[in-house]
Formats: sequence, C-alpha cells, structure tokens
Amino acid sequence: MTLLSTSAQAVPPPRRRTRFRGRKEALVGWGFVGPFVAVFGLVFLAPIAYALYLSVFRDRLIGGTSFVGLDNYSEALADPRFWEGLARVGLFLLVQVPVMLGIALLIALAIDSGRLYGTAFFRVSVFLPYAVPAVVASLIWGFIYGTRFGLVGNINDTLGVTLPDPLSPSLVLAAIGNIVTWEFVGYNMLIFYSALKVVPRSLYEAAAIDGAGEWRIVASVKLPAIRSALVIATIFSIIGSFQLFNEPSILQKLAPNAITSDFTPNLYTYSLSFAGQQHNYAATVAIVMGVITAIIAYAVQLRGMRKG
Amino acid sequence: MRTHTTRRLLGALAVASALALTATACGSDAGDGDGGSGPKDVKSALEKGGKVTVWAWEPTLKKVAEDFEKKYPNVDVELVNAGTGDKQYTALQNAIAAGSGAPDVAQVEYYALGQFAIAKSVEDLSPYGAGKFGETFTPGPWNAVTQDKAVYALPMDSGPMAFFYNKKVFDKHHIEVPTTWDQYVEAARTLHKADPKIFITNDTGDAGATTSLIWQAGGRPYKTDGTKVTVDFGDAGTEKYTATWQKLLDEKLVAPVSSWSDAWYKGLADGSLATLSIGAWMPANLTSGVAAASGDWRVAPLPQWTKGDKASAENGGSSLAVPKAAKNKELAYAFTEFATTGAGATTRVSEGAFPATRADLESKTFLDAPFPYFGGQKANQVFAESARNVSTDWSYLPYQVYANSVFNDTVGKAYVSSSKLTDGLKTWQDASVKYGKDQGFSVND
Repeated sequence: MTLLSTSAQAVPPPRRRTRFRGRKEALVGWGFVGPFVAVFGLVFLAPIAYALYLSVFRDRLIGGTSFVGLDNYSEALADPRFWEGLARVGLFLLVQVPVMLGIALLIALAIDSGRLYGTAFFRVSVFLPYAVPAVVASLIWGFIYGTRFGLVGNINDTLGVTLPDPLSPSLVLAAIGNIVTWEFVGYNMLIFYSALKVVPRSLYEAAAIDGAGEWRIVASVKLPAIRSALVIATIFSIIGSFQLFNEPSILQKLAPNAITSDFTPNLYTYSLSFAGQQHNYAATVAIVMGVITAIIAYAVQLRGMRKG
Repeated sequence: MRTHTTRRLLGALAVASALALTATACGSDAGDGDGGSGPKDVKSALEKGGKVTVWAWEPTLKKVAEDFEKKYPNVDVELVNAGTGDKQYTALQNAIAAGSGAPDVAQVEYYALGQFAIAKSVEDLSPYGAGKFGETFTPGPWNAVTQDKAVYALPMDSGPMAFFYNKKVFDKHHIEVPTTWDQYVEAARTLHKADPKIFITNDTGDAGATTSLIWQAGGRPYKTDGTKVTVDFGDAGTEKYTATWQKLLDEKLVAPVSSWSDAWYKGLADGSLATLSIGAWMPANLTSGVAAASGDWRVAPLPQWTKGDKASAENGGSSLAVPKAAKNKELAYAFTEFATTGAGATTRVSEGAFPATRADLESKTFLDAPFPYFGGQKANQVFAESARNVSTDWSYLPYQVYANSVFNDTVGKAYVSSSKLTDGLKTWQDASVKYGKDQGFSVND
C-alpha cells in the first residue's frame, strides 16, 4: 500500500517559495508537521523497518538468533511453496478479476442506462454482500458448499444427482473465486456507477445526435470516460487477490486437505509465523510478496494511465 | 468442549512430547545447577505467600485454585485463560522471548511440552521434589513429562484411547464389536454396504489420531536424543497402520467429515458415524455435544493390530509446567503439585477431568461410576484398563506443533486423491526433517 501511494500520479512537490525566514518559523512549521510525521513514522514506516530488521535474522530452536544477512531472501526466492502459492493467486487473479469486474461493469452500465425499474433496490441488493464481513461470507458459502449437510448435499439428495464437490482440491480455487466475486461485485459496481454518474449527459446527447447507438455510446463515450475508475478498481483487485487470506483460511477448516497451509502467500506467511515460529522467514516472505504486488500494481497503473 | 478438542489434538502431540523430553537430555544438568544441593524450599515459600499467575484453559482448575487459596491464605492464585492450545503457546513463547509477562504456571499439552523443554523455557521440577511422583502417575503421561531424570511438568490429565461405538447401529446390522483392526475393516464394509449413508468412522486426516494409532500398532516413527532426532515412517508398526487404513480410504469406508465440525456432531447423533477411536476424555463431549444419542453408545477396548494383544496408546492430555521466566518458582511448583496430585487431582476428577494419577484411576468410586450416557456402563473400567496398557516408549518430535500443522499438506493428499498414505507419510517425514534441520537439530544423520 505504501508503495502504491508513492506510485500515485506525479504531483510535483510544492517548491519552497520562501527562503530562510528565521529559526522560529521553521520550528512553527515542524509543530504543524510533527504530529503527522510522528504518526506516519510510527504506523507506516516503523512496521516496515521492523519487518526488514526481522528478515535479516534467523531464530532457531537450537542455537538461538543469529544474523544471516540476505539468506532468508535467497531461500524465499527459491522456495517452491512460496512460488506455488504465488502461481495460485496469479491464476486466481487472471480468471476471477476479469469476471468480477466484467459483471460489475455490466451492472453499473445497466443501472446507469436509466432503462431499469427499481434501480435503487437493485443497486443496494448487489452492494449488500460487500457489507457482510469476509469471515461470515466464507462461513455462509462453506455451508452452501457442504456435500453432506449443505445446499450441495441437499440438491444431491433431492434430485438424486452427484454434483462435483466444490471443496475438492481441483475445484476449491474456483469455489473461493465465486465467494470473492459475490463479495466484491457490488463494491466495484459502485465505483463504476459513481464514475458514470459524473459523465456529463450532454455527451450522450451529442453522440446520439451524431448517430451513435447505445453500444457505440458505451464503447466510445462511457468507457473512456470512466477509464481511471477502471484502472483503480483493477489495482484494488490485484492487491486483493495477492492478499487472499480470509476465505481460504476459513474454508480450510472444512477442506483441510484441499487448502494447504501454503495455499496463498499470505496463508503461508501466517502458518510460518504461528505454527512454525519462523517469524524471520515469515517477515521475509511478506516483504518479497509486498514488493511483487507493488511492482505488478505499478505496472498495471502505468499501462492503464497511458494515453491512447 | 474446546478444551477437549484442543486436548485431543494435543493429546496426540502429548505422545510427541515424550520424545521431546528425550530431547531435553541436557536439561537435567541445567536443573541440577539451579537446584543446588537439596530440594527447593517450597514449604517456606508457601508460608510467605505471594501471587501465582496460572495460564490454563482447563475448566476444573478453577475449583482447585479456590481450594488452594483456602488452604494457604497468603497465596493469591490468578487463573488466566490466555487462549486454548496453539494460541496460548504463541502468547507464552512471546512472553518468554520478551522476558516479561510470562505466567508462573502454564498448561502445556503433552505433545507441545517437548518444544518448551528443548528451548529450555520450562523449569526442571525435580529439584523441587517432583521426581518422587514416578509411581503417582500412570506411565503414559509420566513418560510424556520426564526426560532422563528431569521432570518438565506434572501431568494434569490423560487420554488413554478407547473404542466408542454406536450399539444401536451395531445391533441393527448384527455386527460384533471388532477386537482386531481386520474385523474393524470388515465391520466397515458390512455397515456401509447395508446402508451407504453409514460409515464406520470419519477421517479427513488428523495428525493426532494417526500418530496415536501408529503408537498403538507399535510404530515408533520419532526418536529424540538431545538435539539428535530421527524421523522414520518406514517401521513395521507404521506399515501395519497404513496397510489397514489404506483399505479404508481406497474403499471409501471413512466419511470425509472433519472431527469437531457440525457435520461430525450430526453424524455421531444420527448414527451415520458409527464408531470413534479416541481419548478417554470423550464422554463429556458426547454428553454435551451429542445429547440426542444418549443411550446408543458404548465403550470397548481399542481393536488390536495383533489378535489377542492388549496394546493401547494415548490421545491427548495436558500438563502443568513452570516457565523458567516465572517470578516465584517455589510457589508455582507448590500450586502445580497441589493441582495435579492428591486431593487436587481428586477434585478435578470429580469435576469431570480424566485422571493421570494411579490412585484416582484405581479408586472404587471412579471405576464403578456408571455412565447414563452409555446406558449405565461402567466405562471408566475400560479407560483404566487402557491406561494400564499404554506402552511408554513413544515420543513425539521436539517440534511436533509444527509437524502437525503440515500434516494435511502432505498426508492429506491421500485422503483426496489416488496417492497413497505411505507416500503421504514419506512427504510428511521429509517436511519434518527439513524443518528440524532448519531449526538446528541434527535429523536422520
């Protein structure tokens, strides 16, 4: 996140207009900036610095703590459990994010088109899942997915069919994708919808007068107009995918053999730290993951914001 | 309930802790150094009084703490629930690392004790007089807390395994209670064939249960000697276990339901999960969690790997340990001894704990107590017999907590794909070896 903010659109730093105006005023300036700097340092910089500090040590049951330099990093970069987790969230990102954003965009365009009745109700209903905490959502879906006492099980019993088990190793990632889509379609829809709201209606009229149909207006006016909203939503989704944790962590109780302790990089960090007491290595994996996320998010932003 | 769940998991680990104790061979030296010549002066510490902070989640300790304060008015016992199982260990490890905030007494499950002993973060209690209790406790738990002459904790309860079965289901399908695991597999087939909704038991891969059954089969996959650790899931006992269990998995005779889940309780109540091989602390869970099936269930000794044997194993259980960082160790020990032996132990048993003390296990009131849940059966006789038959040379890894956390990553594959248990155990072994080496142990060298 911090990395993301540094990558935000280049706002040139305000040039210091005044030269030296006396020590007193400089102190007054610090008085204003001080509280911010203190809080910023404490809650943003200190944890990162501490993680960096942790990542160059290794604490062992036999032998205690020792300085290991960059050993943890070279281990993390060669750790198949980390890369497999990363590949898994990468796949998740490539499939789930386009589906989710596509649905969100469709709904936003539909609501914005002004051709639907009861849009307020529809809008709230679609947004409602976002208000459900991820933990609760995962539990609800966990019950639905159950093949013995869940909805899937009930359907199997009632219709005498055998639906594939959504919590089996081959389907569990898709099952998680479904939960995440359900949770976040409304949120993304709202971002798109509010961006559409500020597009001047006169543009649509002008396009219509020029002979453009609805789809043409969507493609040539609406989508370009909300381009920055699309990019922002994409970046949020990328970060969200890489940070996937709640849903697999909850479903792990129901599908312990399908969701491994290194299912996603975040889950891996968690188990390293809490089951294995490998805080140093966990910090290293977290930093590597943070850097990778920042690079990808930044690349997407650069690409997305490029004109034309 | 939670207590028992954790306890169950930890129980398996408890066995591991026995190993851990082995790992702490050098610990006794440290203990001697601390202890000086004679036993520590626990008595005068009690007269002087003070405050003892106890981290535990075991519910029966509350009554014991009250009794202790009554007996020694100068002492103030503060009972803190710092989390169950892993959560408490994390807090404890953090407090120990930070050098402040550690309790005077902490509940540690047998399987996890080794981890604390090897790190020298718990006190050797033998200089305080704990060494004399060798005959007080049953062999399984005592073995789990001792390493050479060092005593790293006092056993609080235990979980000798027994075979719980739904008699109503068995009678309906005319099935005899299996006395060997081969008969068990037969029973599983018959039941599932008669009614495809019925499974002999549930299993989605549980490190505690697996290690306990390997223990019963005579497998000794872990050996620990100081910082030298051996992990080998290739021995004959382990093979007995995998051969039988692989049949159950191949023929899909065990229900893919995780223990302690809602589906599990439902299955135990409606007869679709017909048996459980689990620690003797289970009755309280059945009574409270599966009340609907009251009267249906009975208890029998575990099926045997070799006909006519009487082998058993521990599954769960925990101990009370005194962290090295404790402020008033003499007082801490006094409470530990009070809570785990003599009247304190008897109090806890009457509150529902399963004893680790021979006297309570052999007492008539205990043995002859009828269980209405089991149709009036005197189930404690089965449990006590099992406790006597636990072989004591089992040990867990000194880092069993970690090993168990990756059980489903490795062995779990055999439950959801066509890969074999043996291969899963091999992968689990490799993961345990790698972690051990990373942590500075010499493993399989």
